[in-house]
Amino acid sequence: MDRAIEVQGLVREFKGGITAVAGIDLDVAPGEIYGFLGPNGAGKSTTVHMLTTLLPPTAGSARVGGFDIVKDGPAVRRTIGAALQEAALDPLLTGREHLKLQLALHGIPRSQRPARTDELLERVGLRLAADRKIGGYSGGMKRRLDLALALAHRPRILFLDEPTTGLDPQSRSALWDEVVRLKRDEGVTVFLTTQYLEEADVLADRIAIIDHGRIVADGTPGALKAEIGRPTIEALPADGTENRALEEILARFGELQPSTTGVAVRLDGQGDLADVVRALDAAQLRVADLHLHAPTLDDVFLAKTGRSLEGSEEPSAPEAP
Amino acid sequence: MSLAAQVLHLARRSVIRTLRQPANWITPLVFPLALMAVNTGGLDAATNLPGFPSDSFLAFFLAFPFIQGALFATVNAGVDLARDIQTGFLNRLALTPMQGAALLVGHLGGVIAMGVLQAIWYLSVGLLVGVRIESGVAGTLVIFLLAVLIVLAFGSFGALAALRTGSTEAVHSLFPVFFVFLFISSMNLPRNLIETDWFRVAASLNPVSYLIEAIRSLVIVGWDERALALGFGIAIALAIVGLTLSSLSLRTRMART
Repeated sequence: MDRAIEVQGLVREFKGGITAVAGIDLDVAPGEIYGFLGPNGAGKSTTVHMLTTLLPPTAGSARVGGFDIVKDGPAVRRTIGAALQEAALDPLLTGREHLKLQLALHGIPRSQRPARTDELLERVGLRLAADRKIGGYSGGMKRRLDLALALAHRPRILFLDEPTTGLDPQSRSALWDEVVRLKRDEGVTVFLTTQYLEEADVLADRIAIIDHGRIVADGTPGALKAEIGRPTIEALPADGTENRALEEILARFGELQPSTTGVAVRLDGQGDLADVVRALDAAQLRVADLHLHAPTLDDVFLAKTGRSLEGSEEPSAPEAP
Repeated sequence: MSLAAQVLHLARRSVIRTLRQPANWITPLVFPLALMAVNTGGLDAATNLPGFPSDSFLAFFLAFPFIQGALFATVNAGVDLARDIQTGFLNRLALTPMQGAALLVGHLGGVIAMGVLQAIWYLSVGLLVGVRIESGVAGTLVIFLLAVLIVLAFGSFGALAALRTGSTEAVHSLFPVFFVFLFISSMNLPRNLIETDWFRVAASLNPVSYLIEAIRSLVIVGWDERALALGFGIAIALAIVGLTLSSLSLRTRMART
């Protein structure tokens, strides 16, 4: 299998002519963590619902684990695990009961279920809470159980739809660790949707940015950021009268940029932060503050869409069912 | 995993859910009997009416709890299914190799289990307070069978409402509608003794009357083939219609490829 996920021209339209996904193409290699980044309503969840066979596409094609998502739905479902956007759990069942049901429905032999249940509970740190009803779980515990359920049948490909939304930093970090471990130790391919730039940056080997149902950029985080440009250095002189002198020095290293606080320069490759510091020192010019601003994925999103991803909302597309 | 095994797992979950929501099993066990006690106290004199088919209003009214209990079980089960849709649990199930039919049958299996429990309870209480089942032990078994069939028929409509709307509120709103059918029926009087014309006509058109009369006939008459044929026929017809429409709605709701 060359590709874990192959998508060509995938489209999903809803009633009323709303196009949630407007013809996307993507490839995910086996064992890769693929970040699918975009604001709310951009089409991320609809894409996941199509790739997990829960929603038939309007047009286009996709293969997941080598199986066609339309023609081979049951085979796709055997290959994948999915933790969808809402941690869909039954508040009246315990964690253990959830796992037992999930394992049974996946056809895991009865004799193997207790050990596999314990193994999964241990892995997600829920062994002590296993026999408590889900209604008493925290958001982080629910997400962890959700992940355990998605892994119950040892899938080769895992879909995680905004798995850390609403989680506290500690729970988020624990989930990131588990995703990395799955890739590293078990070679699981992970398709991860997120609206958090940091999450995509930290976890993903490659990223696609989706906006208005279209992929506007894809590549490794480093390549995407490099595409946008070089880092910017911003300095604030200790003495406000030395702005002019500061500009003259910084201009040697690149093109000056507008700055509301001091003087900024986009480096052109002639030097780095250390060179700038040395030049300032040689000129005996004291600065109160000095920042190196590397391009972020938000800069990439801004460059590709004309707006920032942080706080961006796209209310037009309906939620995938 | 076989369809039967899938059904068993899902039915077990349905029963566990019901048992862990005391209001879902206490209400169907207590409320219909409380209403039976109130009605029996107030309407006992009806047995003096010429042509009234029994000396005991309690025996006459014993069919009522079976129908009202079925309504409670149906609405509660419909709400549970709608909640599964709202929370996305249905999607979780849809991502497993589970067959669609298993979801519906498993869900209804839980409803039926509740129906059996209720039937045992109502009959036990009836026997304890002195009701005699004229059709004997065999008739008692037929009452169980019919009660289960009625729960299945009503349950399929509860499932239909849940699958069509995906809304717990919409399923809850079914209860008053079902209740109207229950009260505009022959639950309090035999149809031939209802003097208000429109009420008698409405009760005669109401399928619930025939379900009540079939159970009632086994309690106070013995073996009334016509009443049983109508009761079973209507229960089976309702179950077929409800299950067919529910299956179609499930196909739309679980639109997995």
